[in-house]
Amino acid sequence: MKVTKRSWVGIAALAATAVAATALAGCSSNTSGEDLSKGSQTLTLWVDTQRAPALKEVAAQFKKDTGVTVKLVVKDFANVDKDFISQVPTGKGPDMIVSPHDKLGAYVQNGVVAPLQLGDKEKDFAKVAVQAVTYDGNVYGLPYSIENVALIRNTELAPTAAKTFDDVLAEGKAAVTAGKAKYPFLLGLDPKQGDPYHMYPLQTSFGSSVFAQKADGSYDASKLTLGDESGVKFATAVKQWGKDGVLNPNITGDIALDAFTKGQSAYYLTGPWNVPAIKKAGIKYSIDALPSAGGQDAKPFLGVNAFFISSKSKNKVAATKFLVDYLGTDAVQEQLYKVGGRPPALTSAYDAVAKTDADIKSFGDIGLNGVPMPAIPEMASVWADWGSAELQLIKGDGDPATVWNTAVTNIQSKIKG
Amino acid sequence: MTNDDDRVDTLDPTDEVAVDPGTPTEGASAAPRIRPQKPARPERTSRSSGIGGLIAKIALLGLLDAFAVWTVFVMVGLHMWIPVGVTVLVTGVINWIYLGRGKRLPAKYLAPGVSFLLLFQVFVVVFSGYIAFTNYSDGHNSTKEDAVASISSAGAKRVPDSPAYQLSVLQRGAPLYLLVTAPDGTASIGTTNQPLKAVNNAEKDSTGRATGLPGYRSLNLSEVLDQQDAITSLKVPVSSNPNDGFLRTDDASTAYVFKSDLTYDATADTFTDSNGVVYSDNGKGEFQQVDGTKTLSPGWKVDVGLQNFVKAFTNPQLAGPLWKVIIWTFVFAFLSVATTFALGLFLAIVLNHPRLRGKKIYRVLVILPYAFPAFLSGLVWAGLLNPEFGFINQVLLGGAQIPWLTDPWLARLSVIGVNLWLGYPYMFLVCTGALQSLPEEVDEAARVDGASPWRIFRSIKLPLLLVSVAPLLIASFAFNFNNFNVIYMLTRGWPRFTDTTLDIGSTDLLITMVYKVAFGQGGVRDYGLASALSILIFILIAIISIIAFRKTKVLEEINS
Repeated sequence: MKVTKRSWVGIAALAATAVAATALAGCSSNTSGEDLSKGSQTLTLWVDTQRAPALKEVAAQFKKDTGVTVKLVVKDFANVDKDFISQVPTGKGPDMIVSPHDKLGAYVQNGVVAPLQLGDKEKDFAKVAVQAVTYDGNVYGLPYSIENVALIRNTELAPTAAKTFDDVLAEGKAAVTAGKAKYPFLLGLDPKQGDPYHMYPLQTSFGSSVFAQKADGSYDASKLTLGDESGVKFATAVKQWGKDGVLNPNITGDIALDAFTKGQSAYYLTGPWNVPAIKKAGIKYSIDALPSAGGQDAKPFLGVNAFFISSKSKNKVAATKFLVDYLGTDAVQEQLYKVGGRPPALTSAYDAVAKTDADIKSFGDIGLNGVPMPAIPEMASVWADWGSAELQLIKGDGDPATVWNTAVTNIQSKIKG
Repeated sequence: MTNDDDRVDTLDPTDEVAVDPGTPTEGASAAPRIRPQKPARPERTSRSSGIGGLIAKIALLGLLDAFAVWTVFVMVGLHMWIPVGVTVLVTGVINWIYLGRGKRLPAKYLAPGVSFLLLFQVFVVVFSGYIAFTNYSDGHNSTKEDAVASISSAGAKRVPDSPAYQLSVLQRGAPLYLLVTAPDGTASIGTTNQPLKAVNNAEKDSTGRATGLPGYRSLNLSEVLDQQDAITSLKVPVSSNPNDGFLRTDDASTAYVFKSDLTYDATADTFTDSNGVVYSDNGKGEFQQVDGTKTLSPGWKVDVGLQNFVKAFTNPQLAGPLWKVIIWTFVFAFLSVATTFALGLFLAIVLNHPRLRGKKIYRVLVILPYAFPAFLSGLVWAGLLNPEFGFINQVLLGGAQIPWLTDPWLARLSVIGVNLWLGYPYMFLVCTGALQSLPEEVDEAARVDGASPWRIFRSIKLPLLLVSVAPLLIASFAFNFNNFNVIYMLTRGWPRFTDTTLDIGSTDLLITMVYKVAFGQGGVRDYGLASALSILIFILIAIISIIAFRKTKVLEEINS
């Protein structure tokens, strides 16, 4: 018996070897085995779990009309950009992906996206959304939703909408002194690195921006406008808000949401991603236009989600057709709104949705006045110093002009490399 | 903090690997070929044991070989010669091993492990080593052909307000033609290098779009989909003057007029822009202006030799922070081992006291932190240490506002503290085990000689304990050197250094720095640099381990 047992171990070892060898071979072989110079009858689209169901129907319709199958591959959305950049050059990447537009700079820098001709459909989309997917004068993506922050008001604590940011603070403080609330105003910050994204509408209301915009809406990396006079004005205001306890670096995004859902503050500056939680908590709220702190329009950063085509796709004709003629339609954009809860980028779809959903209308009207989040790679050099300067001022250290200008000088030297 | 990977796999000598002649077992269904009265000579004996095993062996090998043959066919079709060689070699070796007789028996047992080792360890290490000598990074992640194609396609820009031409794709012989209908209804035809010429005998559909031409075959949708690449790469000059631009299409139904900002000259290997500026290959994997600094994006991957290593220590953005990170990594690893060992040993001795009651309960409580995954603990502690709302400041320190994780030095202290909390149970377990294996007599003899408890511990217990624990301390040092989880979950390596664009901070270890350089958000992802830093980590740990293990040999002489 012993012998038998031992040789079975040998068989098991052989089986394991077979597996290993298969893995070895599989690592290095392209098993699709088709002629790669020809377009295939399948388009691969990388999507996230949330949006996949909304696209099933349109994929089926596309198959019926053209005979081309659209394969929806669900990917982890947090890493989709890295995967895309590393897989496209191997020739095994997808034909299309869904992605936020601020990754576009990295895509173009790596040559993994192909320009997309929206043609005459371009005017059907919100101008700012098309600007967001434009890079170096080429349009690259088909936008389908926009996303931005807005001011959410607890209507029980502050029944009327405020006109200016000072009124917001006055009402918020009144609610605190009346003992109804704990914080005058909430904005989630990161105690380690600040949060320039959330602070941006306050900054733009002073007329300060991060980079200058060209005529087509794209950002000019050679013109950092952060350090101008209005930027210093904003810095002074930030220090004052920190002193008054309006901005608190220890209130993280989680703590801010928690406090608002418990009704501890009248105002909360946040995006649509937190609205479901606020609804669930039963807070009566209203979403208002952003009141100006510095006298000019408060423009938040706008994030645009869009579909992009891979530069290595062998199916550009089919992919372009699918994006422009199928995904750029009211029905699909409204489907995507239903699963994502974000204002559609297609103007006609937005108008239809805004009629029935007041939140979307409020967010969208603010967003359409917003400025696209810069997608230029130089932006990476900006965040850290920008955030830490704001953080330092909120904590009340240093003279606003000095702190701000030091940060700007740092950023400039980093951009130069 | 735990060391799950410091177990040494040893071959159990009791494992039977001896070659003994296969004697037919009773009840074996196979008719033995060896006659019972004649003992077989060992070296000639086939080790097959019954027909079942043999069939299984043949079936598995057959499957493997069939698979190999299939992959070889596929790969030959794709001209992938190196993988073909690897596959043939690997399959050949496996067949040779398993079809062999007794002498190759050890290989039969080792082959699976070795294959997995090659695949998951050796290959990965070698590949990382190779990447360290390239400029593989954002903006340099593909081949030169890809870069040229990308630059050309981004350089071709639609002329503003170019009219949309309705088009049909036609074919005559092999070449494809675009039949376009201008907005004013005139039809013209052309193909690459053949300017548009107006035609007046085109067939039109109800919308006025020209759909066909006598002598040409119109392609239907499925034929168009079969030749997408050829169609999208057609460039039809609008006129005989190349400066008028050309027609291109992306969707095979509309074409627009494009002009190239950048044209590639294949013979000179240069790009020329519309102002006549020439960009040439500068040898660093990018096209660069001949007498200027402007480069075109994207670049491509090239071998750069030791440049990544040089950059790590000379680049002003990187050198200063890198030294800070290296020093902190050593300090962190050393302090983690020292503090956890001290606390673990102290608790082990206290809870080892013979007259202590409720030992079991205490021991369970002491080990609890070991039961939490480091991932979770890191995140929970990050919340506990919030300056204003965290439990530590609010409850324990009565509302103090101590910036535990945002001040560089306090953050370092917090990381060490949390790692102590996570790591001491392991040391406690190890020391408890070691203490209980110490001989009692030594202890008694020392007491009879009148030694104080402290003296007993210092001169007798600790040296004996170190004999068995020292290797574990070295392993623990190596582990903490690369303790990614605690750092990343608790502080992400922040607070950030302000003197660099890279996302590196006061609590970053080399390993978290490597991770951020390679996969971080914000900033260029530089795989080449990250691989070079990984090699640096390997060298550092190897040196430390070699020195430390040499030193511990001295300890082993105590027992002998």
